[in-house]
Parts: sequence; structure tokens; C-alpha cells
Amino acid sequence: MIDELDLALDRKYEAGFVTDIQSETFEPGLDESVIRRLSTMKGEPEWLLEWRLKAYRSWLEMESPDWANLDIEPVDYQSISYYSAPKSMKDRPQSLDEVDPELIRTYEKLGIPLHEQQMLAGVAVDVVFDSVSVVTTFREKLAEAGVIFCPISEAVREHPELVKKYLGSVVARNDNYFSALNSAVFTDGSFVYIPKGVTCPMELSTYFRINELNTGQFERTLIVADEGSQLSYLEGCTAPQRDDNQLHAAVVELVALDDAKIKYSTVQNWYPGDENGKGGIYNFVTKRGIAHTNARISWTQVETGSAITWKYPSCILKGDNSVGEFYSVALTRGRQQADTGTKMLHIGKNTRSTIITKGISAGRSSNAYRGLVKMGPKADNARNFTECDSLLIGDKCGAHTFPYIESRNPTAIVEHEATTSKVSDEQMFLCQQRGLDPEKAVSMIVNGFCKEVFKQLPMEFAVEAGKLLEISLEGSVG
Amino acid sequence: MLSIQNLHAGIEDKSIIKGIDLTINPGEVHAIMGPNGSGKSTLGYVLSGRDGYEVTEGSATLNGEDLLDMDIEERAVAGFFLAFQYPVEIPGVSNMVFMKEAVNAAREARKQEPYTAGEFLKLAKEACKQVQLPLDFLKRGVNEGFSGGEKKRNEIMQMILLQPTICFLDETDSGLDIDALQTVANGVNSQRDPNRSFVVVTHYQRLLDFIEPDFVHILADGKIVQSGDASLALKVEKEGYGFLGINYVEEDV
Repeated sequence: MIDELDLALDRKYEAGFVTDIQSETFEPGLDESVIRRLSTMKGEPEWLLEWRLKAYRSWLEMESPDWANLDIEPVDYQSISYYSAPKSMKDRPQSLDEVDPELIRTYEKLGIPLHEQQMLAGVAVDVVFDSVSVVTTFREKLAEAGVIFCPISEAVREHPELVKKYLGSVVARNDNYFSALNSAVFTDGSFVYIPKGVTCPMELSTYFRINELNTGQFERTLIVADEGSQLSYLEGCTAPQRDDNQLHAAVVELVALDDAKIKYSTVQNWYPGDENGKGGIYNFVTKRGIAHTNARISWTQVETGSAITWKYPSCILKGDNSVGEFYSVALTRGRQQADTGTKMLHIGKNTRSTIITKGISAGRSSNAYRGLVKMGPKADNARNFTECDSLLIGDKCGAHTFPYIESRNPTAIVEHEATTSKVSDEQMFLCQQRGLDPEKAVSMIVNGFCKEVFKQLPMEFAVEAGKLLEISLEGSVG
Repeated sequence: MLSIQNLHAGIEDKSIIKGIDLTINPGEVHAIMGPNGSGKSTLGYVLSGRDGYEVTEGSATLNGEDLLDMDIEERAVAGFFLAFQYPVEIPGVSNMVFMKEAVNAAREARKQEPYTAGEFLKLAKEACKQVQLPLDFLKRGVNEGFSGGEKKRNEIMQMILLQPTICFLDETDSGLDIDALQTVANGVNSQRDPNRSFVVVTHYQRLLDFIEPDFVHILADGKIVQSGDASLALKVEKEGYGFLGINYVEEDV
């Protein structure tokens, strides 16, 4: 049902929102005129154009960061087209036969229906569907609760006061190189607003929004949970997604006002490239949330895709008694590289944070945890607990842990635990002696290793995530 | 059922098993005793196909099929079960999930429908009670934080659920107190069946009071040096291995 719904929404989205600019694709290159043109085309107000230009000017003065434990080929920003209309049917693969067979095999293993496979692989198909009513029901239910959930470009037009107030309030437009670039050229993304005291009646998923493929490489998401409200947001899907854009620099901002709760779950499975890492996505994401008094922000991520992942979902624990959580599973294989972790900035009193990360490295991949826990001078009785576990499969991969701890308050308590282990021959032997084939055995052991994080995911996502790991680990044995 | 002929095997060029002939018919219980380093555990590993153990000569067939030609998991689903001397932990993987996957892998190989979660739970609860483990052990990680005795009971529970045709118990009695020993022995005895055979490796006659063997073999320096009935074990208990007249050297493997 989801896939049909997805498609239904996809068409609605394209039709309702991109129509006026469909014929345009910019020449590669970036300067102020490109940004002006982009903003005009999207019919944006003056303040937003100014905002973009300021971000662009900051970006010009910044340098691409090189502190991560990553080996990155330089990106030529002038060779990227900063706006491209959805590909016309004739430019797309005409059938699944023209798509990387490895990708199709994975779709089949995940049990993805044929028409959704075509969509994920960007195949030119006219899809017939009849589930518009499901979409309508979904929208009606949200509207009844007063929840706003729409593309951010629509929010700019329909809810300018909210966007203006909160956009860039958590991730400043000059926060870092990639966020500055995103602020200058972002094309679209999600906007969510949950009114005071409302518990969002359903989990919001990008499934329900649009087909991710057309969001472009600079996605912008802003989620505002007003006082006492609650929501759970799911981003991504387990199916590997192809994209011709190599660089993805998204920004996600979460605002949890007093007593609000936001749970943000991600499954990231962008194309990691072929066995030599060629053609894979660079995923450079800035995700951050601010938690006001008694608020709680919880990040859960399962990262298995992309050639390079550079991502640190963070929490600013501003309000007293606010809580930040980060649960992460990052799996790298082949020649994938990941440098991921979190920042917990304790500002208010009695703030608490928990960090649990599980890094799994296979093949010739490299997997790093990088985390900062900062206890500010006013963060009386603040507490942090961090657990970083790494699991190695084979002897050609690497796992690294870079914890940073800064405490400027004597009453704050910071705990850090880290372990590195290997899938042992004894464990493998036990599993196989009981009749499990080696791939099943590895996936079971790895799933067990990730259990603490998976149990944080919404039920359905957790099942899919387990399956995803199983598939991702194929061929990593022996 | 299990037929071992002139088996020679070892690890990294080191010869450990030096010519074993042994035939085990359906329904029989064979006890294997012998000094440390004589190759008892190695025999279990070689038969189950553990990596690193090389067969240099001889053959082993299970129900007419070449056991040595199969992968570890193929031997398992063909009915060969090894109860480990030192069961390993698999953190985070519940006993229940682990056993369900294992049992269903065997069923799949036999072209049977996999058990549903509900069906399996019922069987698992029964097996759990049978080895006198609290039911919450089904939910706990495989051997995770189990005591030595609990691990051994867990091995027997797995044996009961998998319904193998040949069970190789590698010093399952070591480290057990008398009550646990009784429980483990009861578990084994409950599985005695005209179609199932057991190889029980032990150092102590005590276990054989509970699990009565049809045959007792003494293994020394990689060979069976003497075979007999249950009375042979009693003799070993009383006299040690000296009466065999072999000058064996105790060594660690």
C-alpha cells in the first residue's frame, strides 16, 4: 500500500508544485545570479533571497573541512547544476534492463514491487494508480489536528511567519561549509509544525511527502514542535536509491519548544557506488535540534548507504531538564567511508544526554565515530552517558573512535564506554553448527550487536532495518 | 548411520587423529573416554567440519552420505549435532530467535514448512522446562551471561529442539554440579530413540551412571585403543588408564 501511496503523492507533488518550473534546467555553475534566478523561479519573498545571498557570501569565504577521517576527492562546485527540472521521460532509463543489475537484485531481495523498483531506479514509466483517497484521508487527519506538513517551498508561501522565525535558528546559515552552501541553494525539503499540546496523530514519513528523488541534492528540512507537542518523523527508506547527483548536502533543523518531544528516525541507503566505490553518493549532512525547557530530542539513524557519510546529528540542550538522545547504527562495506557521530551541548541545568552508537565495518571500509559532549558552566548536574561499540568483519577494514569531552561545570558527569570486537570464529561456528549458513550467521550476529539501537526505531522500520543489514552484509563473509 | 573409517586428521600440520574406525548404529549410545590430548574434542570438530581441521586420510559417512564433503551447516541440517564443551555467547541475539532460525533451516532442508513464531514458542517453552531453565532464558541473548551449568542446559535444549540424528556431546558434564548433571542426563535420556544415536565424550564414569552407554571406547594418542561395554568405564574409573599399558603424555591441544 505504501508504494502506491508514495506514487500517488509523488504525482500530486510534481503536478501541484513543480509545474511552473518544469522546463528549466540551469547551466552548471554557481554565482549570485544563479541564486537570484533560483529564488525568482520559486517565487520567494525578498527576505529569503537576501538570506540565501548572505549564506552564499559566507560560503565563499569558507573552506571545505578536512578534519574528518575521510578521503574525499575534491568537489567541483562549478560543475554542478543548481537547479534541474525532473528528468524528462526520454532521458531516463527506459526499463529496468538499463539499470545496474546489482541494484535490481537488492530490490528483489527487499521484496519491493516492480513498479516501485522502477520508480526508485528512476525508470521512465507512466504509472496508473487509484489510491488517491488514502492520501486524502491522511491529509485530512493531519489538518484536523492542526498539523502542518508540506514541502518547505510551499511553507515559505503559506506560512512565511513560521519559516522566517525558525529557518536558520538552529543551524545558522554560516554554521559550516556545507550548511552555508545548502542555505544558499536549497531547492526543497519538508516543513512540519505541530501546534501547542498536540500529539501528532501518526508518524510522519517522507514516504508521505514526495518521491525523494526529485528533492535534489540540497534538501532542507525544518521541524517545529510547539510547547507540549509530540511527533515522530521518519526519513528515508530501506531501498537503495540512485541519484545522478554525487553531492548531497542536506540541512535538518529541529525546534522542540518547552515540554515538546521530537523523535527523528533515519534510514539512509543511498547508492554506495560499485565495488570500487565509483559513482557513489557523498552524503554531507548537517542535522541539529534545539531542546527548550523539559523538551526531548531523539535522533535514531541507520546508515548503510553512500560512498562517504559525514554526519553528526546534534542536540543543543538549552532548556533546564531537557534531554538529548542519539542512537546510531552505521555499516560500511566495500570501499565506503563514514565519519559520523553527534554533539551534545549541555547548556541548561539537569540536562541529560545518551549516546549509543554501533559501527560495523566490513570489506575495505572505514568507519569512524566522532562525538562531542560539552558541559557548559550553567549545566549544573548535567549528565551524559556514551557507549560506542565497533564490530569488525574481516581484517581489511577500519574502525575509529574520536570522542571529545569538554566540561566546564564541576557537577556535571560524563561517562564514556567504548568497545571494539570482531565477529569471532567461535560465534560463526556455533551458528553454522546449528544449521545457519555463514551469511545468515553474520547478519544475525550483527543484528544482535545493533539491538539496542534497533529497539529505538518505530516497529516497522526496525524490521526493515534488520533486513537491510542482512542484505548489506551479503558477500562480506569469507 | 555414522561410519568412520581409518580417519586421520589434525590442525596445521599437526596430526591429532591417527586412524579411527568407528561404526555407530541407530539408537546406540557410545561413550568416548581417554586422557587429555587424545583427540576426543578434535573428533567432534572434524566431524562437524570446523575450519582449520584438516582430514588427511580416511572417510566418514552419515546415512551413506559423505559427511566430510559437506559444509558445516549442511552437516548440521543432515542431523549432526555438536554440544559444545565451552558454548560461546552471541550478545543481543535472543535464544528464541536463534533457535527458531536454526530449526527452520533444518526444516527447510527437509522440505518442511517453517514453524510460525507461535508454533515454535510452544515447542521452545516445553524444551526449556525440560532442561529446567526459567522461561525468560528464551528471551535472553544466546548464552549471554549464563553460568557454566546454564550454558550446558542450553546446549541440551538446542539438541531437543533440533531433533538431530546423531548427537556428539563434548564433555557436557564438565563443570556441572550433581543436580545439573542429572538434568542434563535426563534431557539426553528423553531423546534416546531407536533412530537417534549419541556419542558422549567424558572424563568421568559418573555421567555414565545416568546415561547408560552401549559401548565405551578408550581414545589414546588419536586411536581407539580399547572398546568394550559399560564395565570398561568402571575399570577406567578405578584404575586410570595405566592398565592399557600405553605410555601417554598429557598435552594441551
